[in-house]
Amino acid sequence: MTANVLLFKITLLIYFIATIFYLIGVISRNDKFSCNAKRLLIGGFAMHCLSIGVRWLATDITPAASLHESLSFFAWSLVFIYILFDLRYHMAMLGAFISPLALALMIFGAAVPSQAPNVNPMLDSWWFPVHVSLAFLGHAVFAIAAAAGVMYLLQERMLKSKKFSGLFYRLPSLNALDSMNYKCLTFGFPLMTMGIISGAIWANSAWGGYWRWDPKETWALITWFLYAALLHGRLTVGWRGRRAAIFAIIGFIFLLFTFFGVNLFLSGEHTFRNFTGE
Amino acid sequence: MHIVIIGLSHKTAPVEIREKLAFSPTAMEKPLRQMLDLPAVAEGLIISTCNRVELCAATKTPDAAIAALRRFLAEYHEIAPEEIEQNLYDYQGTEAISHLFRVASSLDSMVLGEPQILGQIKTSYGYAAEFKTVGLILNRFLHKAFSVAKRVRTETGIASNAVSVSFAAVELARKIFDRLDDKGVMIIGAGEMCELAAKHFVSNGISKVLVTNRTFERAEKLAEEFQGKAVPFDQFTDHLAEVDIIMTSTGAPNFILGQRQMEEVIKRRKNRPMFLIDIAVPRDIDPKINNIDNVYLYDVDDLQGVVQSNLKERKKEANKAEAIVEQEIGQFHKWLGNLEVKPTVVALRRKLEEIRQQELNKTFGNLKDLTASQRKSIEAMSGAIINKILHQPTALLKRTQDETNGEDYVDAVRALFDLPAPAEGDEEIKPLDDMEESK
Repeated sequence: MTANVLLFKITLLIYFIATIFYLIGVISRNDKFSCNAKRLLIGGFAMHCLSIGVRWLATDITPAASLHESLSFFAWSLVFIYILFDLRYHMAMLGAFISPLALALMIFGAAVPSQAPNVNPMLDSWWFPVHVSLAFLGHAVFAIAAAAGVMYLLQERMLKSKKFSGLFYRLPSLNALDSMNYKCLTFGFPLMTMGIISGAIWANSAWGGYWRWDPKETWALITWFLYAALLHGRLTVGWRGRRAAIFAIIGFIFLLFTFFGVNLFLSGEHTFRNFTGE
Repeated sequence: MHIVIIGLSHKTAPVEIREKLAFSPTAMEKPLRQMLDLPAVAEGLIISTCNRVELCAATKTPDAAIAALRRFLAEYHEIAPEEIEQNLYDYQGTEAISHLFRVASSLDSMVLGEPQILGQIKTSYGYAAEFKTVGLILNRFLHKAFSVAKRVRTETGIASNAVSVSFAAVELARKIFDRLDDKGVMIIGAGEMCELAAKHFVSNGISKVLVTNRTFERAEKLAEEFQGKAVPFDQFTDHLAEVDIIMTSTGAPNFILGQRQMEEVIKRRKNRPMFLIDIAVPRDIDPKINNIDNVYLYDVDDLQGVVQSNLKERKKEANKAEAIVEQEIGQFHKWLGNLEVKPTVVALRRKLEEIRQQELNKTFGNLKDLTASQRKSIEAMSGAIINKILHQPTALLKRTQDETNGEDYVDAVRALFDLPAPAEGDEEIKPLDDMEESK
């Protein structure tokens, strides 16, 4: 087992414990657990940085070229963005929703082969890290929007039905969740847009064409339109609340499909098989 | 020294008895002094609220003190002691400590977590301090109780959810809007509950208040009270979109706000959420309005339901509070035990003896060519110094141990010499008298 894979597994373990702590914190209503869960998540993130850094040095190429690497990078972006959002906006319970998602990505990442890919030298340019960083940071921001969306729907349901579970007392207010949706949109949408543009430029330099309508590109575009519609709806027609929350969740499902589905069910230039030229 | 408490509360006595046994807060000096005059009582404190009467005392003879206090409470109010026998409880030792900690933390209150009780105990303590009926023990005890109550308040959610309908409305508004300072409220009709809720809203930051009523003068009067604006009743629907919260309590037999109307309002507000509180019976607002997106409608029963679930939440938090109280009892009990004279003298002597041994070893290490007899005389000399130094304080501690201020000296000695708490059974291992005789 190479150093980076070991570090990856330690990271996964820490995320796992953090998720368990969040779960206990939510069920037992003990803030100490949630507080320690967050510390664990931050500790896990430090380990994760190390894991990705070591791999980058070892393979000498942006560690997002295989499915394993991408999943790890996605989870890393998610926790990174969560920590930033937590510092800036501090939203209760958000970690309890983000941590399991990061863990799921890591478990998936652990299940697929982790050996270093042979990257087609044509693709190895500076546009590669730029493209994947922008894309994954965008994904992460939208993941937070989706988490806020789920929290909104839970809280809204309790307020409408007037039946309160313990969650009611811990979830943030509807307004806070809704404005989180908007903030995520204002950060996520530019990131995603730049991700797509940088991808096009990279494609042009590698393959000599900006846009080839391969499945991933098509699905990314569909997802982009979805978020564009939400942003437009928010800004002009006053979409908000439930509708915006549902949109953010659907948008993220599309994102996940663009990321996984295209790789698993469809074929094209973006599948890792083609990427590594095997 | 022991702590004892006797008393009665809403749990053990009906209001007819509680009011008979209450002490008037304006005349605390007399009962406090009489209590202190009881031979068994060294320090005394009286807590008297509408829900409880508690007599708390520091004593050397707990059983005698409890009997005397029971008699005193009845006789002071000119009631036969047998008459209230079954309503009184009494506690001593850790139970008494636990009881006051729980009372101060509002764990024993009628409304769990209500904040007044702590203030009431502080006032009671204020009287006792003013008339000097409390000393070292009860001072420390009460301050400890205050700090336990504070810990409970900050570390648990026992006081965090509203248990009154009007406050529940404010908290729900917070759950919807987050901040209230840029929000507006409209009061339709008058009514005590409406006014009370409006007051809570205003004190929680609501800046804009509109009032409407079929009688415009009444609307104006109420508006003035909240520095708001009165709106004629036939025009109130035009102003609905300006506010975020609507409270109604009119005597109208039919709905004054229908679904179609509300849909229109929400559209004009670009879907910004609204919180409607219908306190009227029969109801003023069509319940179907709750189905509109971004509108949250609560009637009186709904708010009662919220209060019920808040109370359940408080009960869960109370378990955490009990654990905190449990922890703190141990600490305080230990401190109380430290005030015993004998173990203190033992600890003091042991501390000095340790110092002596250390210094002797150091000296003998430096002066290697001392003869055995020289060493012996140095040892004897240092031992004599310690005995001489200890003679006066030991005698004083022993002499004062039966006086009221005896514990003050013990406490001071413990603090000055930083003495560790005695472990269980210390006294048996090295009885003080043996050490003294061995010199």
